[in-house]
Amino acid sequence: MCVVCGCSNSTATVSDAETSKTAASSVSSASVQPVVHAHTGDLHFGAGAARVSVPGMSQERAIQIEADVLGANKAIAQENRAHFASHGVRAFNLVSSPGSGKTTLLCASIEALRKRAPGVPVAVIEGDQQTSFDADRIRATGAPAIQVNTGKGCHLDAPMVARAFAQLDLHAHHPDHAHDHEHAHTHDHTHGHEHSHDHGHSHDHSHSNDHGHPHHHGHSHDDASGAILFIENVGNLVCPAMWDLGEEAKVVILSVTEGEDKPLKYPDMFAAANLMLLNKVDLLPHLRFDVVKCIDYARRVNPAMRVLLVSAQTGQGMDAWLDWVLGVDA
Amino acid sequence: MHEVSLAGGILQVVEQARVRDPFERVILLRLEAGALSGVEIGALRFALEALSPGTILEGAQIEIIEKPGAAWCMKCSQSVAIFSRLDLCPHCESAQLQPTEGTDLRVADIRVV
Repeated sequence: MCVVCGCSNSTATVSDAETSKTAASSVSSASVQPVVHAHTGDLHFGAGAARVSVPGMSQERAIQIEADVLGANKAIAQENRAHFASHGVRAFNLVSSPGSGKTTLLCASIEALRKRAPGVPVAVIEGDQQTSFDADRIRATGAPAIQVNTGKGCHLDAPMVARAFAQLDLHAHHPDHAHDHEHAHTHDHTHGHEHSHDHGHSHDHSHSNDHGHPHHHGHSHDDASGAILFIENVGNLVCPAMWDLGEEAKVVILSVTEGEDKPLKYPDMFAAANLMLLNKVDLLPHLRFDVVKCIDYARRVNPAMRVLLVSAQTGQGMDAWLDWVLGVDA
Repeated sequence: MHEVSLAGGILQVVEQARVRDPFERVILLRLEAGALSGVEIGALRFALEALSPGTILEGAQIEIIEKPGAAWCMKCSQSVAIFSRLDLCPHCESAQLQPTEGTDLRVADIRVV
């Protein structure tokens, strides 16, 4: 007799449950009180197992989750965004395929920014699977850089950027701020500026142990230009599109030695970016690269895409790019 | 390749659910992958199967429901169904589309014992 409903036809035994492959009829293997009706497949929730309270045995049940898989990353990215804002830092996430000239362009941008806006501190977070070659190249320009090696990973995520940002001290490189350092530490983190961290969050938050670090919360940001943080993502036109790092904008770099059809081949990345830098344009005379077509393709996946033609080698277009970075092009 | 990271994120979401509402293991995991979410469903399934041994997802049946995409067409001012980021408006063939639905990967629910 079925112990659930009392019908005489039941064969809902332990062996049935164990041999069944369907989710609906799999019950705890220790069960002597089947919770699944073997004939109708009806589920008798709350009918037995839990009430009988057999150790190590629980009832099958459904749990509604309705959670965005990237939700935890997005939450930390929002904290990064607030953190950057509180420090007057504008962060840009630079994405491209390997070999587009990101690092060369960054080095040239840092040099040009230093001449154009010497008071604006610039720092870089470098993402690569392995080596610190890129961070070494950035440091050679005099700008502070933190290398993040993702190991097997194909992209940076928000917690990596949170940790890397904690290692950087953008303010220390700003001569006007040197006198602020002493009182900066006496500030409570929750006043003096808008700084909306939520340290009570359930997920692992790397900021919580960073405050002993020379990391100056509580500065007054009297220079309107603030600081610039370039985050050079892992060279990859696919995965970094999905991970918000807390940046103000994604900048996708496409070099003219690549195909003009890349925006259509990798639409997610071009859809996620705000600005496309068409790099190495000094090589255009030697190539069959259709600039107009490339821009058309980019706007097809992202109607709002801004496009600038640049060459890190010759400096062409660098002024317009720096205008954009400094927010003076509007 | 990012599907491996996403599989890790899914495991994390399920583990958090277990903290709130304890259970022994998952027998059915139901996911919703939007058509515009950038998720390759076969790769995600493979990644989940590779990741699950030794976790609460071991042996779980995985159901991935594909959610269609939708976008707001700026030319005809209406919501239209799209299946990829390259699609044009089915009415006016404009590319001026702003995706509104089908951009997420979500854990819908789990069945547990």
